[in-house]
Amino acid sequence: MKTRTSILLGSLSAALVALALTSPRVVAADKVDPVADAKAFQNFFFQKFPNVKHEDFVNGPYSMNEDMKRQWQEKEEFPPYEFALDAGKEMFATPFKNGKTYADCFPNGGIGIRQNYPYFDEREGKVVTLELALNRCREANGEAPYSYVKDEMASLTAYMAFTSRGKPMDIKIPDDPRALAAFENGKRYFYTRRGQMNFSCAGCHVQSPGERIRAETLAPALGILNAMPIYRSEWSGMGTTSRRFVTCNSQTRAVPLEPQADEYRDVEYFLSYVANGLPISGPGARP
Amino acid sequence: MKRSLPLAMLLALSLAPAARAANEADYKAAYAAAEAASKEAAGMRNQWTVTVSTLAAAKKAADGGDFDRAVAAAQEAEALAKASIFQATSEKDAWKAMEIR
Repeated sequence: MKTRTSILLGSLSAALVALALTSPRVVAADKVDPVADAKAFQNFFFQKFPNVKHEDFVNGPYSMNEDMKRQWQEKEEFPPYEFALDAGKEMFATPFKNGKTYADCFPNGGIGIRQNYPYFDEREGKVVTLELALNRCREANGEAPYSYVKDEMASLTAYMAFTSRGKPMDIKIPDDPRALAAFENGKRYFYTRRGQMNFSCAGCHVQSPGERIRAETLAPALGILNAMPIYRSEWSGMGTTSRRFVTCNSQTRAVPLEPQADEYRDVEYFLSYVANGLPISGPGARP
Repeated sequence: MKRSLPLAMLLALSLAPAARAANEADYKAAYAAAEAASKEAAGMRNQWTVTVSTLAAAKKAADGGDFDRAVAAAQEAEALAKASIFQATSEKDAWKAMEIR
């Protein structure tokens, strides 16, 4: 009887020890760790494409295909986004009706700050993108907001990105559970399959960069937003980050969310953070 | 034996429910079911474009008086909406399998 009791007690203690040893791991696996996520994300691409220079990932499909890269480099002598860039510069300097300008709304007069967007606004408890900040600036100065998906917004962000060219993406995640939740929500959105085609963002831009989907060469997810906004030949015009998300959703036959929906803001936060250290290359040009 | 086959066929046909054309009530019931599933999918932020267009096709067919086509489209829309609900539900956890770690 005593032997049986001691075996029972021994088994129970062993089970408790095992539980105690495994529990912290479970907690650790569920903990949001943006630093570890960014490291793993970057390493995945660096190992998958060992011949691509790290700073070259921001050039999207051109980093995956030498022929395309040469064509793009020639096109860059007279880039198709140049008109938008000039328009954006002029718009940025033109005062609102109240005499103020965009420069009054941003740190450093809005010059060379693209790499810090999106940021987490601790007062609002949400992610604020550059596009959102620009429209809020307009509204605060009595102007009507612009469409988030093209034309004026693309021109303004093109100019602001241009003033940050070469600067490393520098997104901060404050020690705030809401910021961590936004990062995690963005990550979830990025990996979640949606639409009748059952595609996630990752399905194309993690599993298949460099591969073709119909006539297009897929860009790697790493640094994919560093080139925004972009001139796309397919669109015959400029498009913002919002436009890119909306179009991606439509292509998977998912009804897109409204531009600057929380999910889009969060996925922009996630994708920008994991690209920290890679240079801003926007405005970009894509096929 | 030769006579029994046509007789059996005749009997089977007479017992089979007669196929009838769909009417407006059938369409309304099918459309309501599809619309409810579609709203549920939209509430999950996972509406599919094809659900919306198929629902619209059902309505258009009904407006033109073609209730057979309207019912078929509404049933297809309901199936699509239910598939999107299934997707959203299963992806609540399934996305983690895709994550780079």
